[in-house]
Amino acid sequence: MLPFLLRRTFGAIITLVLLSAFTFFIFFSVGDPATLACGKNCTADNIALIHQNLGLDQPVPVQYWHFLVGIFAGRDFTLGHCSAPCFGYSFATKQDVWSTMIDRLPTTASLAIGGAVAFLVIGLGAGLLAAWKRGTLLDKTVTGASMVLSSVQIYILGPIVLGIFVYSGIMAAPKYVNLTSNPASWFMGLLIPWLVMSTIFTAQYTRMARSTMIEQLQEEHVRTAKAKGMPARYVFLRYAWRGSLIPIVTILGIDLSSLFGGAMITEYTFQLAGLGRLAIDSVKTLDLPMVMGVLIFSAALILVFNIIVDATYAFIDPRVRLS
Amino acid sequence: MTTPPKTEEKPAPNGSGSDPFLSVRDLHIRFSTEDGIVKAVDGLSFDLERGQTLGIVGESGSGKSVTNLAVLGLHNPKSTEITGEIHLEGQELTGAKEKTLEKLRGNKMAMIFQDALTALSPYYTVGRQIAEPFIKHTGASKREGRQRAIEMLTKVGIPQPTLRVDDYPHQFSGGMRQRAMIAMALVCNPELLIADEPTTALDVTVQAQILDLLKDLQQEFGSAIILITHDLGVVANTADDLLVMYAGRAVERGSVKEILTEPQHPYTWGLLSSMPRLSSDVSEALHPIPGSPPSLLNPPSGCAFNPRCGFTGEVGGTRCGDERPALAPGRAAACHLGSEQKQTLFTEQIKPRLG
Repeated sequence: MLPFLLRRTFGAIITLVLLSAFTFFIFFSVGDPATLACGKNCTADNIALIHQNLGLDQPVPVQYWHFLVGIFAGRDFTLGHCSAPCFGYSFATKQDVWSTMIDRLPTTASLAIGGAVAFLVIGLGAGLLAAWKRGTLLDKTVTGASMVLSSVQIYILGPIVLGIFVYSGIMAAPKYVNLTSNPASWFMGLLIPWLVMSTIFTAQYTRMARSTMIEQLQEEHVRTAKAKGMPARYVFLRYAWRGSLIPIVTILGIDLSSLFGGAMITEYTFQLAGLGRLAIDSVKTLDLPMVMGVLIFSAALILVFNIIVDATYAFIDPRVRLS
Repeated sequence: MTTPPKTEEKPAPNGSGSDPFLSVRDLHIRFSTEDGIVKAVDGLSFDLERGQTLGIVGESGSGKSVTNLAVLGLHNPKSTEITGEIHLEGQELTGAKEKTLEKLRGNKMAMIFQDALTALSPYYTVGRQIAEPFIKHTGASKREGRQRAIEMLTKVGIPQPTLRVDDYPHQFSGGMRQRAMIAMALVCNPELLIADEPTTALDVTVQAQILDLLKDLQQEFGSAIILITHDLGVVANTADDLLVMYAGRAVERGSVKEILTEPQHPYTWGLLSSMPRLSSDVSEALHPIPGSPPSLLNPPSGCAFNPRCGFTGEVGGTRCGDERPALAPGRAAACHLGSEQKQTLFTEQIKPRLG
């Protein structure tokens, strides 16, 4: 297990360095961030000053090197010291990138965790039920509903739900309240975003759970369990479900890493200030440090979830060896 | 000889007093598929007594496995239509409640499947899989279950059973997995054991060991065994009686000795001629049965074997294509050839091939 983790962590760091370098260089081929930071009455002198203050006057590889070192060791700017992990200061807001991300993280994490709980419980539950009752009216209803719902996008469902529940005054507008300060308003404030965001996921997980279970129920070893006289429910939950876990965990890893990296559309639809909005806003304003910060953060999440998923395989399936 | 006289078309009540241990009467199994109705088993009857072994041979798709899955009630009731009677010690199994079957499966009747690699769950240890039915049927504790699993592994000849009990199936070799499978089937001392090609996936040495093991265990517990195979070599040493199946029907029935020395059905002749013999000349060609098994969606009219049979001319006319031959009671073959014709044909044409 430990060699596996070390090897994979090393690989992940290499990936992050390559990815960040690539993004860094691409960024400078797009435009000069100084013109944006400069504002309306911009003179060549102003631009030069900004270049100097932000370190944009140096060659791009040198800038990238400073950036990289800053993450691990901190960095000194003309305007002051930035301690590690330093992703620099936003061009647009002049805020520290790292602390901005840390500020936004609870919103995104709350959204991701609540949404995941919703789609796992409802989606897997409905899928298992449909597989158990295969061929019945219940199965057909669940399958039909999940087919329809899996094609309803958040930006369509979101405004409709807002129209029915919020603009009519039945519920307060969704907003993020700190979990520790007021759990009840945290829950109520995020309820609509959770349900709307998880609708598509719920539908997809329902279909996936149903189809993998039906596949597993036809496996020979599941039939053997039945031939041993094990009760149908036991065979269903212990044998077939165990075999369904691998594909479900695989997809869950991908979904969770993208949700924790920021649910852009959901955050936009419900005016929540999470990492997803931060990512979009920073790209729109050519805010290099912020783009780099958000990008490295979400890339790291994907890599971490990949490692977790691979390690989980070994717990689910004894045939998998982590080497 | 344990197959008492009976007619196939009209199941007669058993004249000789006590009922056979397992009795299958006029069994029909139909699957509804997208392409139509598959008549997988079409009017099958046989009996089996305790302590006896019945071999069922036939090509793939002849209905061997389907029949035995029906005995255990493992077909999906939604897509399968089963008619006829299956009695286990007088208890009717076709149409029995799922709860009733659950209590019998793995307990009074058990099955050994063909490929232990796919038939054992990869996710649980061998010990747990063996102990599960024991715990369920006897109400034993987990500890007792584990002890029983070790005991069973010892019995089937797994070395270091106290260690191997915690292994997963993939850590076992092919022969050991099959042994573990047998241990699992025998854990509750079943009175009826169905072995569905238990040795097909194994090499010949291991094959012989497994068959010996089955024999030993049968002597110990006096179980009735149904041995499904397409390998006549396997039944020759193991079974008492033999049922040759073709296209969902029994075409020949008799004791193993009778069928192997004096087969009466052209299909059985074909099976025997297609077997390589150690004693025969190397240059001598094998005689495969021409053609391939019929589609059970649309089986041939008359005798299902007639399109592949080389002796329809001997019967004369179109009788083989028109009329389905019945299987007479007792030692019999379902064929239109007269008994003297069969005798002559076998001695003159078939026997020389068998060497």
